[in-house]
Amino acid sequence: MKRIVVCVKPVPDPKHWDKVSMDPVTKTLNRQGIPSIINPLDKHAIEAALSIREAERGEVVLLSMAPPFATSILREGLAMGADRAVLLSDPVFAGSDTLATARILEAGCRWAGEFELILCGNLSIDGSTAQVCSQLAEFLDLPNVMHVIGLDWQGKDEVIITQKIEQGYARLKASLPLVISVRKELNKPRYIPFTGIIAAESKEIEVLSNKDLKIDPTYIGLGGSPTKMAGLEIRRFERARERLEGSAEEIVDKLVDKILQYRAP
Amino acid sequence: MSGNYSNGIWVFAEQRSGYLHEVSLELLGKAKELAEQAKSRVTAVLLGHSIRHHAKILINYGADSVLVADDSRLETYRVLPYSVVMKSLIKEYQPEILLMGATAMGVELAPRVAAKVQTGLSAHCIDLKLDSQGQLLQVVPGWGGGVIATITCPDHRPQMATVMPGIMKARPPSKRKGEVKEIEVHLQDKDLGPEVLEICKWDQEELPLEKAEVVVAGGWGIGSQENWKIIEELASALGGSVGATRPPVDEGWAHEGRMIGQSGKTVRPTLYIGVAISGVMHHVVGMDQSKYIISINTDPNADIFEVSDLIVVEDFRKIVPKLIKEIQARLKA
Ligand SMILES: Cc1cc2nc3c(=O)[nH]c(=O)nc-3n(C[C@H](O)[C@H](O)[C@H](O)COP(=O)(O)OP(=O)(O)OC[C@H]3O[C@@H](n4cnc5c(N)ncnc54)[C@H](O)[C@@H]3O)c2cc1C
Ligand SMILES: Nc1ncnc2c1ncn2[C@@H]1O[C@H](COP(=O)(O)O)[C@@H](O)[C@H]1O
Repeated sequence: MKRIVVCVKPVPDPKHWDKVSMDPVTKTLNRQGIPSIINPLDKHAIEAALSIREAERGEVVLLSMAPPFATSILREGLAMGADRAVLLSDPVFAGSDTLATARILEAGCRWAGEFELILCGNLSIDGSTAQVCSQLAEFLDLPNVMHVIGLDWQGKDEVIITQKIEQGYARLKASLPLVISVRKELNKPRYIPFTGIIAAESKEIEVLSNKDLKIDPTYIGLGGSPTKMAGLEIRRFERARERLEGSAEEIVDKLVDKILQYRAP
Repeated sequence: MSGNYSNGIWVFAEQRSGYLHEVSLELLGKAKELAEQAKSRVTAVLLGHSIRHHAKILINYGADSVLVADDSRLETYRVLPYSVVMKSLIKEYQPEILLMGATAMGVELAPRVAAKVQTGLSAHCIDLKLDSQGQLLQVVPGWGGGVIATITCPDHRPQMATVMPGIMKARPPSKRKGEVKEIEVHLQDKDLGPEVLEICKWDQEELPLEKAEVVVAGGWGIGSQENWKIIEELASALGGSVGATRPPVDEGWAHEGRMIGQSGKTVRPTLYIGVAISGVMHHVVGMDQSKYIISINTDPNADIFEVSDLIVVEDFRKIVPKLIKEIQARLKA
């Protein structure tokens, strides 16, 4: 294996999601005070890359399109054991939808050098679109497989893939180069060893802007994204919240009335 | 002549191993509703091999016409050849809208198709509407469902969206007439991609969660495999289906297919009963569109109460066994 690129996305830590608010004027989300973490599934993608490298050598490159703060997230991936990281960061990238994001990542993959495998998470927890990897594969003109829960290498460039589908699984035979999106069942991400943190300090994080990548600006950022945000709201719930009181018998009595009323005939 | 298929609303008719996926029928229901509003037509697009007989079903569920791509190389779904065929159809007939299920297949295929034809795609829509200009408003949840965004695709066609199974309701089928057109499939060897060696499916659940009119869901507070039987008994007394939050699935009390929420299924039953569930957003996004929601929890401040119509602040062990007896008695009477 020559080179494995792992796409990692910084996402707002779900433990703090209740802090999200909306700017009433700009109608954009205010994420202030919400720390970022590596998208949880992307850790499984890094783990998969590291275990392949351990068996076969090669280089594991992390790739992210994000604002400059993402270097700390990439540092965590380097501490897990990745060799180097590339951060694609430029104000012209801001507001990219999945199609534009995939196009920017495509340019990043090509920059990273000749690769044989691209690993992604199956979906990100904030956008949850699960779209970026298939689109990246399309732009790179490579086959892709999503929902991956098993990788069984048959020699250097052939792999039997187990893919989770509804009520079961499919098994596919694929050869490199390939784009793969992983589910959490695939593996268990390793804990970061203290030595890893030290080692990560001296690893390289290359930060690239569109001056380096030279992507046609009509295809990226807010303007280059086919989808537009027409409205945004923080969800509020309107329910009756009627509370049943009394002894257990009384409660059960009233409950049964309601249940039988709403149960379909 | 492409008139009957052009500029209309398309539904990708998903089939695997010859079985049509329910979500396609649900999407036809929604597509028909949108088409009536826009004075447009609904076309189902069916890819596979020896699957022509499904065209009739698709028409009965709302398709005005069906495009069938029948080819042995399409027998088993693979993202590459399917996306190549979809692209050529889109280029030829220029649909306004293309809807697909957010299934294992749809989630992989839809983005690839969107990238091929360079259009926008929104994921996991919970609602679809048309605005006054006939533009598709795609309502999607983000941040575990705490944020709801409306997405449009003003300048690119088709407007593409995926929808989770269980969100839209299929119309009752009726005997309808429609046109079925077979299209020629052009594929090269390089369009085929990874080979599918086998597909294994375990037995269908007795009553798929997404289809149940009554869902009884249990949470971590149920406490043990032994206690979990109470949830199953309540569900069966009501002729409903069992749902779960993540911890009971992790513990092995419930099968993975039972999980409701962001990483599981979305349910919209007429009645949802949540027992010993705290109501974390990850779970709530999968159930808050239910018609009537009853929750039982010992904690008077449990978040689940925010999204409940009827609230019981009690230990479920004191309530549910009595409830089961009472329901059984009343239903017998
Ligand atoms: C990325 C991500 C995705 C996730 N996806 C999902 C998902 O799709 N679906 C999902 O469900 N979860 C999901 N989770 C997990 C989710 O965050 C919560 O951990 C989970 O929903 C909590 O389940 P619970 O309500 O059963 O448990 P808890 O939060 O532990 O709540 C148990 C409740 O039981 C009550 N209780 C205890 N004993 C009793 C009693 N005797 N009688 C009555 N009430 C009692 C308690 O008061 C408490 O409110 C996800 C998490 C992450 C990070
Ligand atoms: N901005 C990004 N930078 C790097 N990788 C990304 C980015 N966005 C998405 N990805 C990758 O695509 C996967 C799916 O993300 P999504 O399509 O947003 O659900 C993630 O798990 C990442 O591997």
